[in-house]
Amino acid sequence: MKEKILEVKGLKKHFEVGRGQILKAVDDVSFDVYRGETFGLVGESGCGKTTIGRTIMGLYNKTDGNVLYDGEDVHALSKEEEFDFYKKMQMIFQDPYASLNPRSTVREVIGEPMEVHGLYESKKEQLDEIISLLEEVGLDRDHANRYPHEFSGGQRQRIGIARALALQPDFIIADEPISALDVSVQAQVVNLLKRLQTEMGLTFLFIAHDLSMVRQISDRIGVMYLGNLVELTTSDQLYENPLHPYTKALLSAIPIPDPDVEEKRERIILEGELPSPIDPPSGCVFRTRCPAAMDICSEVVPTFKEQEEGHYVACHLY
Amino acid sequence: MEKILEVEDLHVTFTTYGGTVQAVRGVSFDLHKGETLAIVGESGCGKSVTSNAIMRLIPSPPGKITKGSVKFKGKDLTKVSEKKMRSIRGVDISMVFQDPMTALNPTLTIGTQLTEGIKEHQNLSNSEAEKKALQMLELVGIPNPDERMKQYPHQFSGGMRQRIVIAIALICQPELLIADEPTTALDVTIQAQILELFDEIQQATGVSIILITHDLGVVAKVADRIAVMYAGKIIETGTKRDIFYKTEHPYTKGLLSSVPRLDQRGSELTSIEGTPPDLFAPPEGCPFAARCEFAMVVCNKMYPDETSLSDEHRVHCWLQDERAKKLQAASSK
Repeated sequence: MKEKILEVKGLKKHFEVGRGQILKAVDDVSFDVYRGETFGLVGESGCGKTTIGRTIMGLYNKTDGNVLYDGEDVHALSKEEEFDFYKKMQMIFQDPYASLNPRSTVREVIGEPMEVHGLYESKKEQLDEIISLLEEVGLDRDHANRYPHEFSGGQRQRIGIARALALQPDFIIADEPISALDVSVQAQVVNLLKRLQTEMGLTFLFIAHDLSMVRQISDRIGVMYLGNLVELTTSDQLYENPLHPYTKALLSAIPIPDPDVEEKRERIILEGELPSPIDPPSGCVFRTRCPAAMDICSEVVPTFKEQEEGHYVACHLY
Repeated sequence: MEKILEVEDLHVTFTTYGGTVQAVRGVSFDLHKGETLAIVGESGCGKSVTSNAIMRLIPSPPGKITKGSVKFKGKDLTKVSEKKMRSIRGVDISMVFQDPMTALNPTLTIGTQLTEGIKEHQNLSNSEAEKKALQMLELVGIPNPDERMKQYPHQFSGGMRQRIVIAIALICQPELLIADEPTTALDVTIQAQILELFDEIQQATGVSIILITHDLGVVAKVADRIAVMYAGKIIETGTKRDIFYKTEHPYTKGLLSSVPRLDQRGSELTSIEGTPPDLFAPPEGCPFAARCEFAMVVCNKMYPDETSLSDEHRVHCWLQDERAKKLQAASSK
């Protein structure tokens, strides 16, 4: 039996946006992440995937529901417990240009969390650890005294990864860690993340919009649309046997870098655009763009149910 | 087929306090009427600078076209006056930019922005210009164009804004459309809509398109021909099939194999180690040599000449040299 490291139960995160309006960024989302796996969370901009990541981390307060890490409610921790919690869970951010302090050297960037948590007794010990982390992520010891602007995007992301690893966490939330990078560099960073996972037994929550990359790295994938999780299954199942009409359209919209395959592909072009999360459609949120919408879709919110073993979908077709 | 654009040996530099960046270093390509040429490459390879140089949109100073020619229907655009250039931009050659959020003026209605160009260039009356604008909005698939004309950019979503930018670019019926990463800022389902739109527009108007992109999936879908750029040079060019199936340059191979494919799941992605060279002081030889697993001594010393593999397929690589081929043949025996 696989061990659950993270349980998200009926999580809601609503933002007040003025004039009494409420933006439902995340609306009733449930999923589990098992120890040692990579769970991919995909969806288009504005679907709430980043908000989920931040709410799990405790960077946002939840509106409703629960986030349990190792059985403990993340949002009910005392200050002290929270401090310890951050040793277990860390985050890698999307923009390697904005997420590093331009006035800190690499050594300070990586050393800061170590100092805050008082991990090492002497400066020397800490420096040795920083250097070994740098080497672990494919940089070298000479880089420790340099500033972020001296590095390329891919190298900066490596620094961001080294910082996330500084506290030796078990769980890492990677929020679009490769979107700002060039393709050849993306592959480098993804391979690095995979290697670190095997070596250190890390669990990843990998948030991204690029389904082709998510497929390469994830064990299981959850697909989000407008604050809702619409489908969840293993990486291979999702690609071979997608159930939800949105997943199908999303998969067919992604161009494949192979002209022969592209010529033969049937594309499902979705009409229209993402509705506003302030005033989402009644019933199923996808119904306004769904090619298979029925009467019931506008009336009843579909439940998120297990259609096949380990394959969950929220759709009235099933 | 008729050549609409001929770029020859184009060099663009930017002078900064830290030295001179050689952003484009001898780019040559042709564009035929009605075709789509994709220029692909990673950030900083010079693909946007090339397209801006065609439009003469390089800010000078610091930028400068130091050498080469850009012939649009036989006329060298690097030599025409700025006044003449203004009558070409938007009329004969138009551009669509990456970010639809910043390409539109937030303080003007869509209608004003659509008709501005055509009124300037074609001397139309307000009502004629508006009629034309309505047609364009319809062509690019904006519902209720009458009402939408009076709205401001913030009232549109990203995908809709990009449609409007495309409508503005096409309103004077240009012969050449340069699209610089037109779908990069959009979601995939919206990207699919916009790519479909480009296809429809090309069939309806016969416009030639230069598509600048880093996304090889997009290229596989829309391009007729492809030019692969690296460190300011086109290192391989050919038809879509040449580039994808008869790949010759090690960089192109590396690029293709580092892209994850939705329909395949491999154990590890192939990455190209290292980073592109510094264009303040580009290497004398092949700029890819430092990252190339097949690099030979000569690669670091001299830039390889062009080898023609077929009418369309051309590559710059020392591996194409007869002597290198002989060696390969000998070692494979």
